[in-house]
Amino acid sequence: MTSIGTGYDLSASTYSPDGRIFQVEYATKAVENSGTAIGLKVKDGIVLAVEKLVHSKLLVPEANRRIQTIDRHVGLATAGLLADGRHIANRARDEATNYRDAYDAPTPLKILADRLGLYVQAYTLYSSVRPFGISTILGSVDKDGPSLYVVEPSGVFFGYNGAAVGKGRQLAKTELEKLNLRELTTREAVYEAARIIYLVHEDAKEKEFELELSWIGDETKGVHLPVPKDLQRDAEAKAKAALETFE
Amino acid sequence: MDRIDMNRLKTGEVNLGTSIMAVQFRDGVVIGADSRTTTGSYIANRVTDKLTHVHDRIYCCRSGSAADTQAVADAVHYQLQLYTQMSGGPPSVHTAAALFQRICYENKDALSAGIIVAGWDKDVGPSVYNIPLGGGLFRQPWAIGGSGSTYVYGYCDATFKEGWGRDETVNFVKNTLALAMSRDGSSGGVIRMCVITEEGVERLFVPGNELPKFWEGQEVLGKEVKHAEEAAPMAVEA
Repeated sequence: MTSIGTGYDLSASTYSPDGRIFQVEYATKAVENSGTAIGLKVKDGIVLAVEKLVHSKLLVPEANRRIQTIDRHVGLATAGLLADGRHIANRARDEATNYRDAYDAPTPLKILADRLGLYVQAYTLYSSVRPFGISTILGSVDKDGPSLYVVEPSGVFFGYNGAAVGKGRQLAKTELEKLNLRELTTREAVYEAARIIYLVHEDAKEKEFELELSWIGDETKGVHLPVPKDLQRDAEAKAKAALETFE
Repeated sequence: MDRIDMNRLKTGEVNLGTSIMAVQFRDGVVIGADSRTTTGSYIANRVTDKLTHVHDRIYCCRSGSAADTQAVADAVHYQLQLYTQMSGGPPSVHTAAALFQRICYENKDALSAGIIVAGWDKDVGPSVYNIPLGGGLFRQPWAIGGSGSTYVYGYCDATFKEGWGRDETVNFVKNTLALAMSRDGSSGGVIRMCVITEEGVERLFVPGNELPKFWEGQEVLGKEVKHAEEAAPMAVEA
């Protein structure tokens, strides 16, 4: 980055002479420092998985979750600043309730992603605010089936079949590309998601981590829920076993 | 809260003292209405169109205050256009009905509007929603409304069958409305109907002199009336 010292990186409301907004680029750097989060869109549902780095043994297990529920049928996983993730989740909940109030129907994810994109983008316009230091994975099963979106710090959002954000996203993406997502069931996808998170953690294995897993699908009757304890334990055991054969 | 007063139109306010209905069938819905608009006893319009377009495949039948229901239908029409642009496809009938319901419920103290929303969508096919005076929302296979409807509930209950095709349903609507219009002083004129299916919206028109006729007394039906020379019990002929 050649921006340092030029003064063009101090405000989100100022372009650099070659048309960049450095504050937004720094925000994506904040995302890259974070533990990986992935999302899988499969035949009959969605699986979200997060590598939550635990920086102290004193922390209560399962506290500070990075996967959150937005509406009955919508889950959200973030990579980046934890507090920003919770703020964006609250905003998403407001949007989802507003839609329900107005149309007496669950929000289509496309519309929720659109609204969140607008909100995040507004924080790239003013010198008085800081862009969000998070990438957000949104997953849901609505009347048109499963859908998966990622909202980036700039406010752009894309739909995906498999999504990965955070530190290990490159490796996670190559692993996701190997999967036949269209044929997978949500239950099978839970195992793949756990395996990928354990795999991408390899590079940072000096740090402790907790695996967060959630799913939406036929097995949950379209409701976003944490993966049941026994299934999660089994998936983690298989993931660890797969790691040993991978090496 | 006080009870809702059905007769609280301002003096001179235009009223759709009405007969309206909507019926679901296999491939779509048939909606229908009379055409009388009154201010008190004066017929302000005898060829009114109470079947109002709110989206490509969604219509509503309006009863109550003409001004109120027009304003509500306009507001919903606007919101549905916005919705179409936002979501990239046509709204469901349920969506349209929910929008009507919200306005009718939140402004129940100021409005006099009984609305039936009906149409076709790709989610559930044909559907009919009734939104009566207090702003409730009810999905029904058939719905009738307006002052004239009170005279024909029994006829509808006794006649309606599930699984009808287009022509049977059109006849049912036409007959029901003709019966309601003949008994209700605030309904009359012509019958307007719409058949809404996936393919499109077809408008039907029955002029006032071609309304289906039922028993209306021998004098009206034009049979010869025999006058007894002396007072005798009333004869009922086959």
